[in-house]
Parts: sequence; C-alpha cells; structure tokens
Amino acid sequence: MKPLALIAVLMTGILLLYGTIDMPNWGDPDSPASIHVSPRYIEKTVEETAVPNVVTSALADYRGYDTLGETVVIFTAAMACILLIRRPRK
Amino acid sequence: MIAHLEDVIIQTVCRILIPFIQVYGLYVIAHGHHSPGGGFQGGVILGAGFILFCVAYDINEAKRRLSEKLDTVFCSLGLIIYSGIGFTCLVLGGNYLNYSRLGRILPVDPVNARSLGILGIEIGVGITVMAVMVSIFLDLVSRGKHEEGLG
Repeated sequence: MKPLALIAVLMTGILLLYGTIDMPNWGDPDSPASIHVSPRYIEKTVEETAVPNVVTSALADYRGYDTLGETVVIFTAAMACILLIRRPRK
Repeated sequence: MIAHLEDVIIQTVCRILIPFIQVYGLYVIAHGHHSPGGGFQGGVILGAGFILFCVAYDINEAKRRLSEKLDTVFCSLGLIIYSGIGFTCLVLGGNYLNYSRLGRILPVDPVNARSLGILGIEIGVGITVMAVMVSIFLDLVSRGKHEEGLG
C-alpha cells in the first residue's frame, strides 16, 4: 500500500509543478490579477462597502464564499476531534 | 496523571487578566473593519482567555462556566449566523452573501448595509473559532473524558 501512496503523491506533485509553468512570475505587475482585480478592490472598497480596511472587504465581502469555506474547515476540525477523541461518559 | 495544583498567585493573576483578554477579543472582532483583526483573530483571543482559565483552575470548574454541550452548540451557531446572513440576502432578492440587500430590512443605505453584513459574519466566525479552540483543547487535554484536570 505504501509504494502506491508514494506513487500517487509523486504524480500529483509532478502535475502541480507542471501547472506552475503557466503561472505569471512572482510579483509581476502585468499579471492578470494585478491588472484587473487588485486595483478595483483598492479603489472601490470604501465606495462600495463603506469599510476603510481593504483586507476586511476582500476577506468578507468580495471573497465571502472563501471565508465561509474557511469557517467550515475549522468547524470540521472540531467535529473530527470530537468524533475521534471524545469518549462518552459512562 | 499530575495532581491539580492550587496556586494562589496564578489564580489571582488569571482572575484579573481574563476579563481584559475577553474585552480585547471582543474589541478585535468588533473593530475588524477599521484595524487589523477580525473574526478569526478575535475568536482565537477569546478562546485563549478561556484556555487560560482551564490551565489556572480546573477542567471541572471551567466546564461549570461553559459546558461541552453549550460549546458544541456555539461551534454550529457561528456557522449558522454566517450562512443565515447569506440566505437572508438570498431571500431579499440578491445573490448569496450580497450584503447590500440587507438594506431592505435594516434602516441604513445599501453601502452601509454591506459594512453591517461584514460585521455580522465576523461575529459568526468569532463565535465558531472560539468554541472550536475550547472544544479541541478540552478534548486533547483530558484524553476525551472531560473529567480529570490537566493530566
């Protein structure tokens, strides 16, 4: 079973590394994210959300789904701990 | 198992410190709009205050303040607040988590409704993170029994 798992991990790693070839350079000012998304968030945050903190508006407003997913992950961690470790009282 | 250690210095210092830690946690959640912070950080601070109480006193004493049942309810309550705000926006005719639609039931304009919606979900995240921290800590430290102290 272990060699099979190792092969699966290696194949996934190679695929992920292959995927990074198409990505823009780190900090590239001409990358699509820097051209379209970031300036829009920075310029329109106060006008659109009345929140003076860009991080908060990106986290909870523009990327609300993402934060919901993060909260579900934390909730799942607690549920997994309860299911694995907690012993019912006799 | 280590016997529970009664230490008057630790207990007194914690009794004085914990209210300030909790107020600071609430401040970090409520002020997340304007300064660094938000639901995750504030929830962790609130949870850490409670964990400090568990360490200084006893697990049974801590469970009298916040039972494991209530703690598990809080785990879900935060998520319900978050997704409930999302569904409220859906019911009011917008997209999921489109807070500007909350302006129809709140007495503010749509732009400020977005700000209030963000505050609402930050509170939900804070409740969940606090309850999860406490729940995982209690499970790990008492080997799932929730009866003996920190052994």
